[in-house]
Amino acid sequence: MGSTIDYEDSFPIEGGNFDEAGVVSLRVKSILKELGFPGDIQRRAAIATYESELNIISYAQSGHVRLRIGPHQIRIDAEDKGPGIEDIELAMKDGYSTANDRIRELGFGAGMGLSNIKRCSDTFEITSERDKGAHLKMLIDTQ
Amino acid sequence: MKLSRLVEILEGTVLTGENHLDTEVKTAFSADLMSDVLAFAKPKSLILTGLTNPQVVRTASILDSAAIVIVRGKKPPSETVALAKELNIPIISTKYILFETSGRLYVNGMVGCVKKIGDS
Repeated sequence: MGSTIDYEDSFPIEGGNFDEAGVVSLRVKSILKELGFPGDIQRRAAIATYESELNIISYAQSGHVRLRIGPHQIRIDAEDKGPGIEDIELAMKDGYSTANDRIRELGFGAGMGLSNIKRCSDTFEITSERDKGAHLKMLIDTQ
Repeated sequence: MKLSRLVEILEGTVLTGENHLDTEVKTAFSADLMSDVLAFAKPKSLILTGLTNPQVVRTASILDSAAIVIVRGKKPPSETVALAKELNIPIISTKYILFETSGRLYVNGMVGCVKKIGDS
């Protein structure tokens, strides 16, 4: 991402708070809409944020999503304090999931999230440290 | 197909979004897995589902879906309907099961928003 940032905001997410799942993503989407980004960009950023948000709520104690908008890119970072992702390669496989019943009741936890984030972003990086947490970095090119 | 026609075909009840009944919808995605809706549904499509929680509405809003059809006669909780109203997403409820709902719409010209996984 270039040196200039036109917009920056950070949204806390509470682990286990399933009722609020999607609230941050809708905020991100409405910010991008207000800033005049096309529908496709809004949607991709919102889907990537939603999947990240669901991951934090499902698996971590707490976390946040940081949105940074530069002249050529949207950058979304989802960082959490939690168990981390033990095997990133395995977690990226469609259908692989360690979700509990609560998240499955809501219709999530099918093991599609990380590959869906990859599909929606132009660059996607995961770093994770066992028993500390995970960091998802997503970039969407806007030009 | 206009949403008003869809309501007739499904003998549906409009729970919110009466002002959107003129919206034209061409494609749909049926699933009880929101993970799959998020991964595969296309914008401006219908979401047909048996789930009734508010996350269905948030998913629909994130995807710019045209409307949600709740199948099997399920009654969504009031917070789901209130959120849909706030986010401007119509909800139509029908007593038909998911298979029947999809089939009735299909024979009337609605198609899936993707045919097979792997097609773009």
